Parts: sequence; C-alpha cells; structure tokens
Amino acid sequence: MTLESVMFYVLSSIGIASAVLVVTRRNPIISALWLIVNFFCLAGLYLTLHAQFIAVIQILVYAGAIMVLFVFVIMLLNFRDEHTLFERVTWKKNVAAGLGLAVMMEMIYIIMTAAYPSAHYFSRSGYIGTIENLGVQLFTKFLLPFEVTSLLLTAAIVGAILLAKKKMD
Amino acid sequence: MDVYISDILLNAPFEIVVLTALIVLVLESTRGTRPNISSWTSIGGLSLAAVAALTNLGASVETFGGMLQSGGFANYYGALFCISAVMTILFSRNYFERQNYHRGEAYILLLFATLGMMVIAASNDLIMIFLGIELMSICLYVLAGLFRHRDRSNEASLKYFLLGAFATGFLLYGIALIYGSTGTTNIASIRTAFPHVSHDLLFLTGSGLLLAGFAFKIAAVPFHMWAPDVYEGSPTPISGFMSTGAKAAAFAALIAVFSRVFGPSENAVHQIIALIAAASMIAGNVVALAQSNLKRLLAYSSIAHAGYMLVGLAAGTADGQIGVMYYLAVYALMNLGAFGIIGALETENDQNLQMDDYAGLSEREPVLAACMAVFLFGLAGFPPLAGFFGKYYVFLAAVKARLLWLAVIGVLASLMSAYYYLRIIVFMYFEKTKAESVPISVPMSVRWTVIFCAVLVLLFGLFPSVIVQTVLRVLF
Repeated sequence: MTLESVMFYVLSSIGIASAVLVVTRRNPIISALWLIVNFFCLAGLYLTLHAQFIAVIQILVYAGAIMVLFVFVIMLLNFRDEHTLFERVTWKKNVAAGLGLAVMMEMIYIIMTAAYPSAHYFSRSGYIGTIENLGVQLFTKFLLPFEVTSLLLTAAIVGAILLAKKKMD
Repeated sequence: MDVYISDILLNAPFEIVVLTALIVLVLESTRGTRPNISSWTSIGGLSLAAVAALTNLGASVETFGGMLQSGGFANYYGALFCISAVMTILFSRNYFERQNYHRGEAYILLLFATLGMMVIAASNDLIMIFLGIELMSICLYVLAGLFRHRDRSNEASLKYFLLGAFATGFLLYGIALIYGSTGTTNIASIRTAFPHVSHDLLFLTGSGLLLAGFAFKIAAVPFHMWAPDVYEGSPTPISGFMSTGAKAAAFAALIAVFSRVFGPSENAVHQIIALIAAASMIAGNVVALAQSNLKRLLAYSSIAHAGYMLVGLAAGTADGQIGVMYYLAVYALMNLGAFGIIGALETENDQNLQMDDYAGLSEREPVLAACMAVFLFGLAGFPPLAGFFGKYYVFLAAVKARLLWLAVIGVLASLMSAYYYLRIIVFMYFEKTKAESVPISVPMSVRWTVIFCAVLVLLFGLFPSVIVQTVLRVLF
C-alpha cells in the first residue's frame, strides 16, 4: 500500500464519519463544527489528487468564509429548543430516507461496475493543480468563460443590491 | 486561444446586449434618470441585437477557440430571446407603473438574463452552458422577487432560488461526470468520444443528471413543482418571460447537448425523454383543469407545453428538432401575448386574476378579448393558428420515429387542454360583466404589442413555411 492510498483511506473514513456526525448531532453548532472537520478532510483529498489550488480554496472559502456564515446564521436564528427540529418523523421523511438509500445503492453499484476511464486523460504530474497552470488555462483556453463570469458577477451584484437595499424610492 | 476580429464580428448580438446592459447600468446609477429612459434604451439595444442576429442566419462557425458556436442556430434563438425581451419590457413599463414600482433596475437584470439565454443557445462547451444558465437564472431569481413588499413575490423568488440552486447542483454534477468519462467539456469533442462511452455507466449517469438539470429549467414533470408558485408570485410580464425565454433557452441547450451528441440512435436517454414528455403532458393538463387563477392556469399549461416540445426531442430526428424550434417561436408569441393581457388587466395587490373576472371582457375590451381568444385558441392547437402546426410537427416526428403511443397521448392531452382554454373564452364572450368590476385603461403601447403578437400568431399559422424554411437553413 502506497502512502497515497493510506492517506486516501484515512482522510475518506474521517470525512465520512464527520459527515454522518453533521446530520445526526442535535445541536446545530456541534453539527457545524463537524462540518469543518469534513471540509478539512476534503481539502486533504484534493491534495492527494494534485489539486493544490482547490485544496487551499476549500479551506479559505468553505472552512473560512462559509462556515462563519453558517455559525452566524445559527446564532442569529436562536433556536430556543433544538429538539423541535427533530421531533416529527412523517411518512414523507421515511419515503425520502428510502429514496436516499436507493440513490446511495445506485451510486455504489455504478462505482463498482463502471469501466474505469482510460488513464491517459489524467496527467499524474503535480503540476496540474498549481495556480500557475490554472492561470494559464484560464487566460488561454477558458478566456471566454472567464470573461462571462465577470458579467455574471456584475448581474449578481445588481440583483443583490436590488433585493437588499433599504429604501426603494 | 487566439481571438480574431471575425470572432467579435460574428458575435455582434452578444456585444450589443452587453453594451446596452452596461449603458443602462450607468444610466440607472445617475441621479434623476426616469425609468422611461432605461426602458427605451433597453428596447433599442435589444431590437438592434435582434436585427443583427437575423441578418446572419448562415452556417454555424466555431468562435473563441471552440467555446461558442456562432451563426444560424445561435442567432435564431438569439433573435427569439431579444424579441421576447423587447415585448416583456413593453408590457412591464405600464405594469410596473400601475403596481407603483417606479425604478428601472429591472431592465438591467432583464438584459443580463437575455444575454445568459443567448450564451446558452450559442455555447459549444458545457462550461459555457453552465455559465449561461447561471447568468439567466440569477437574474430571474431577483426579477421574481422584484416586488419586495409582497409575500407572494418573496415566496416565488425564494422557492425559485432554492430549487434552482438544487437543480444547478445536478447540472454541475452531470457535467463533472461527463468530463470524467470523456476527458473534455467541449460538445463537439464529446460527440467524437460518444461511440466509445455510449455504454459507459459514468457517462450515462452524467447525461441523466444533466437531463434532470435541464428538465428543471423547462419545468417538465417530475421537476415542475416550482413553476405554478413562481409564475403566480412573480410580476406578470416577468412570468411571461420566464415561461417563454427561459424555457426556450433550456430547450436550446437540450438540443445542443442531446441531439448533437446522441444523434438519432435508439438509446436510453431518448426513452427517458419520452417518459418525461408523457408525464408532463398528462400531469400539466389534468391539474390545469382545476385552476381558476389565470397565472396558475398558464403555469400548468406551460408544463404541458414543455411536454409537447419534448415529444419532438424524444423522436431524436431532424424532423423533431425542426418541430421543436418552430413550436418554441410560436409558443413564445402566444404565451407572451397572453401574459401581457393578464398583466394589463391586473390591478393592485394581485386582483383581477380570477377566471370570472374575465366575464364579459368582450364588451369592455373587444380588441384585447379578441387577441386573448387568438392566443388561447393557438395554445389549444386549433388550426389554422400557429399552435396547431407546432403540435402537428412534433407529433408527426414522433409517429415517424415509431413513438406512436407518445403521439396518441399528446393528441389526447391536447384535447383535454381545449376544455380549460375554451372555458376562459366562454367567460369572455358569453358571460355578463360582474357589477363590481372596475374599468381599466390599457395604454396604446401595450395594445399594439398584443395586436402585433396576435397577428404574428395568425400569420405563422397560415404560412408556417416562413419559420420552417428559416429553421431548415439554420440547422443544415
């Protein structure tokens, strides 16, 4: 077993365990804290895939910014009684759980049976996920998507201001 | 990637819309700009873009390093989106004023949404399709919640946003899996790789997820749950724009991905599309029978129409594609016109939207009632109106592709739909005006836009070859 696969099994088992804890904890704050563990495991997995940039961004954006937002919202909502969130188990929830299980089974089946894509698509060099390589791709092959993204952000800003502005007239 | 002058010239409609949006943005931020200036600037820019698109209906060329597929196919849709947007703005100007909304920011978002649709129709890369869909959707989420003081508008916006974000997740996951199995996001390259991956589960799962994402955008069963609430809560002209422009854009993406990649071969994806089509036609029409609110009724009818159009895609043949593209154009005219009339008659606080509010409309507003009747007969698919030929083409394609059962369901479902369309007409022409109904003044610009739509629905029904010839030129 190479060091890489050891890393993979360690990180993915911690990741799955923390993901389960996120949905089973009753206190939303504790759930949110487990989510941070999950994000770090994911970042580690990205590193084993040679995606250094995405690993760093995962920590910065998700574990940093988005988590702060989560915790903030949970604090602001101020649940008097956390248990109310868990009380009702209706038939709808049971059906949803069944369907979720079915999708999980399907995914396991697909992963077990699918023919692995031929290896030549994936370069194994550590260079592929660097910021430099990403930048080169972004400004050559994917220049147009990059530009369209700027328009998307402009539109999103206009929309956000329109919805959040205090006074309309 | 090298960018050539020809890339920029071939994509003139895009650039015109972008420029117009930025100009309106600057105009709006200037103190003391009247909404009228913004709306007329938008109309001018969009009309120019539509003209630019219509002057170039030639063969498709790859531009910007294979990211966009500029030319006939993209420009056909581009013109459709621009014209829909122009009509939406013409209806909105008066509507916003009557609902006490005296600002022009909505037009910026409308322009960006139109741009997103045009990007979707022109894209030759899954990344571009994704960006286009996001650009369109984010603007529409905000437009749905434009009337912030109304609960229904907020509800519509939030529902659309949450479910739309969920659907975007499907879409991205599908793109990721397709990339994983083929090693590319370029649609032309995926088509070359298709024979090697056509039985690859990873690829098929990706395609399925992609299909689910698009089905959400066209509001097809079982991804339709959002449509009635969103169409009901949004400002009426915006509902019209969503049900025509957004739907047409998602169909353009469906044609670009599924027809171009999968071709006419028999496979699982076409069977799934056929099932979705059948479910949409049945569920949309059955539930529409029970509606009395006109916006909700048209929402369910738009689900059913997504089903009719999917019949053409399920056939998978060139005939089917032609049918869908013809159907999209005439459906846009009919639905925009109908929503325009509903918006023009709507009073403050969502009043005057029930079916019995339309009792005796033919005496109060003979012209609008006649136009509404044209749209409703067209939506029901009565010859010689344009809606009839739309259905005729897609059902014919299904029969030719040995999907007789689907065509039979389609015909039966559209027979059922005649009931609720005709009921509105009965109310307009054969019922007495209610005593308490308030007279409404409809301005000339709205009147003429509605009449223009109605005349086009008649003309395209009498001479369907005008559009069919264009589509043929664009596709081949």
